[in-house]
Amino acid sequence: MQPVLKIDNLSVQLPKGADRQHALEYVSFEVHPGEILCLVGESGSGKSVTGLSVMGLLPKGQLTPVSGQILLQDENLLEASDERLRDLRCTGMSMIFQEPMTALNPVMRCGDQIDEVLRTHIRLAPKERTQRILRIMEEVRLPEPKRLINTYPHQLSGGQRQRIMIAMALVLEPVLLIADEPTTALDVTTQASILQLIRDIQRDHQTGVLFITHDFGVVAEIADRVAVMQWGKVVEFGEAKQVLSNPQHAYTRMLIGSVPSMTPSQRERDASAQVVLNTSGLSKTYSERAFFRSTRTVHAVQKVDLEVRRGETLGIVGESGSGKTTVARCIARLTDPSSGEIFLDGKEIGRLRTGQLRPYRRRIQIIFQDPYRSLNPRRVVGDSIIEGATNYGLPRDKALERARSLMELVQLDPNVLDRFPHQFSGGQRQRICIARALTMEPEVLIADEAVSALDVSVQAQVLKLLDDVRKHFNLALLFITHDLRVAAQICDTMAVMSQSKVVEYGLTRDVFTNPQHEYTQSLLNAAPGKGWDFGAFLAP
Amino acid sequence: MEHFKVRRSGTLAKRSQRTMLGFLVRRILATIPVLAMVALFVFFMLRLTPGDPAAILAGDNGEPHQIEAIREALGLNEPILTQLTIWLGNILQGDLGESFFFNKKVTELIAMRVDATLSLAIVTLIITLAVAIPLGVLAAYRHGSWVDRLVMGFSVLGFSVPIFVLGYFLIFIFSVKLNWFPVQGFKSISDGFWPFLHHLILPSLTLSVIYIALIARMTRASVIEVLNEDYIRTAYAKGLSNMVVLMRHALHNAAVPIVTITGIGVALLIGGVVVTESVYNIPGLGRLTVDAVLGRDYPTIQALILVFSCVYVVINLLIDLSYTLLDPRIRY
Repeated sequence: MQPVLKIDNLSVQLPKGADRQHALEYVSFEVHPGEILCLVGESGSGKSVTGLSVMGLLPKGQLTPVSGQILLQDENLLEASDERLRDLRCTGMSMIFQEPMTALNPVMRCGDQIDEVLRTHIRLAPKERTQRILRIMEEVRLPEPKRLINTYPHQLSGGQRQRIMIAMALVLEPVLLIADEPTTALDVTTQASILQLIRDIQRDHQTGVLFITHDFGVVAEIADRVAVMQWGKVVEFGEAKQVLSNPQHAYTRMLIGSVPSMTPSQRERDASAQVVLNTSGLSKTYSERAFFRSTRTVHAVQKVDLEVRRGETLGIVGESGSGKTTVARCIARLTDPSSGEIFLDGKEIGRLRTGQLRPYRRRIQIIFQDPYRSLNPRRVVGDSIIEGATNYGLPRDKALERARSLMELVQLDPNVLDRFPHQFSGGQRQRICIARALTMEPEVLIADEAVSALDVSVQAQVLKLLDDVRKHFNLALLFITHDLRVAAQICDTMAVMSQSKVVEYGLTRDVFTNPQHEYTQSLLNAAPGKGWDFGAFLAP
Repeated sequence: MEHFKVRRSGTLAKRSQRTMLGFLVRRILATIPVLAMVALFVFFMLRLTPGDPAAILAGDNGEPHQIEAIREALGLNEPILTQLTIWLGNILQGDLGESFFFNKKVTELIAMRVDATLSLAIVTLIITLAVAIPLGVLAAYRHGSWVDRLVMGFSVLGFSVPIFVLGYFLIFIFSVKLNWFPVQGFKSISDGFWPFLHHLILPSLTLSVIYIALIARMTRASVIEVLNEDYIRTAYAKGLSNMVVLMRHALHNAAVPIVTITGIGVALLIGGVVVTESVYNIPGLGRLTVDAVLGRDYPTIQALILVFSCVYVVINLLIDLSYTLLDPRIRY
């Protein structure tokens, strides 16, 4: 069978001054009709560059293909004119992207965005075009296509927007679909349905799919074959089952071994330890008042009762919009709760005013999701780390001393305190954020999706660090995540949140092995690659 | 288990209509205190500034008793609060008063002059937008190239040259040397379109340079930002040409700041009009303002400033309303 896409010895040059010479080095693989090839790797491995090279969308002047060929059904795309490439986009090859929130034009109706593809590439009467749009919208299982055709992207959910993207990409039935992390930004249940959709459509139309992902769970769900990339090279290539169960290359073994297991880890827990933090009936309501219209209210958090003991990790798990971050923000008093109580060591702090709250602020610290945006880019990291402690009266030299010892604790060189955040990698920045939180000598540490933005191998290290820190300082850790695998490994107890309420709360072991609530069950069912126990092949 | 959270478009449209009407009503009500403040401020400022309209009217050889008589006739001897009450009472009846100088109703005076200023403003605006937006988009598309640097260089120049210098320079080149355009004057559109345009081109060009500089800069910055967005990459991935991506996708998304700055520009145009009309001897509101101020013609100054502030308010309202057309995410 002739492949739809054949990449042969492709090399792409990086601009001068980059950390390596080539973004891609001698990359070769084939995608056959009706096949899903997963391109797996961590950030910077060159997997997106591969996709963009095929589409001819590499940023001009920065990334230049220097050797090899890309054959789309025997036509070398590297030699094609700009005009020919434009003609081929969406007709021969299509691409969908990671962020459905930003990948659609916000000021254009969804129907018009699909229509634009038709108008650009084929001649059809307006009526037939509308028919065709409605048909493809139905095929990607969008509800009520006739109404959705007139909506703007911001009126749709993330999953619906990704379906619009897929409809746009597939309306002209290209032979090749490149999907660049299309489900990474989506909730796990939405992700499951989008993966199902891609698989169904691809099977029905015999489309070849190049599926780019960093998530081995997704690979296990969807891939026929796998190419593993590291630093611009394909280091391992083979049948999906083969690669997942018996990886040959050391890098692949490390990557797969870093995927947290869905089986909860055995954790020792002192159930008699003192309760450091508990909430009772914690609720947060946002309301928007205005003249000439009725008040709108949104219940972000409703009647949440939680309890964390010293040295214990409580996980709050839920999808986006479930209210988990609002709970954390209320507990840290970054947002004022609307009702209910928060007790820190038995002292109610939910209603304290700013001045009275001050001594308690120090005792609850928070680490945020995005290490790229949670450090002030114009201050050296040392200043960011000690700012809190000096604010509470610690002399600067003492604070710096503490910062240095904490840097060692988070396994960073204490001599880099005078550098700026952009000089560090994502994982290093998150370590700096942890050190920053710890300088305050807190009793409660809140980690709000603190490992979600990190590559899987780095994620494993930071998770271990967080757990070590918890043990070392006997901290109560409040761990907020959407990732069940991570929760299974780090949490002693967990609360599952859905639509602003805690629907299930118990020991992690019990929640995973015997979920009671329907929502928890659906969440566990939707987890990609749930049948695989990735760490299993590794020698202990 | 996807949560479909699309609102019914029917109710959505209805609700947005209702809130839109509410917004309009609120905004129009809010202009009343603004205009009242302006009126009071202008009234008192004028009376606090040195200079006596009666003395100016009487001329250099005016005798004290003549001046006194003029004061009496103009009502300037009344207590200041009485003057204020009379003036405000007249405004509420739609009467802006009578000019000290021209012996005409101020409303008539403004009606006679508004034609020229409006023509100048509109032609200026057309030239500005026709030049500035393509220039800005081009500079953004060729970001960092010599085209971009050229546009930015021109923009700095446009900001720095004073209007009157540029005006006389253009007159010298195009009217005196080349003899392409008349040196000064204004022809109403009722005298024929070509004479009208022929007289307006130089003044409009003079006035538009600073706005071209401003709006081209804004367009460039705004489009550069939008070009980095994910949906631009999507647009290219659809196989659209550069032109379509720039004009349909990028420019539309960059429109809100461009419209804002254009609106502010139009409001500021009033200041520019004063100088330009003097340079080119155009009988418009700008010249009228200068004459009225020099003659301490209180009723005319007061009326002009009220009219100008009304224009400001209306333009601001229009800008706010245009947002909802440009960006469906903005609702009032």
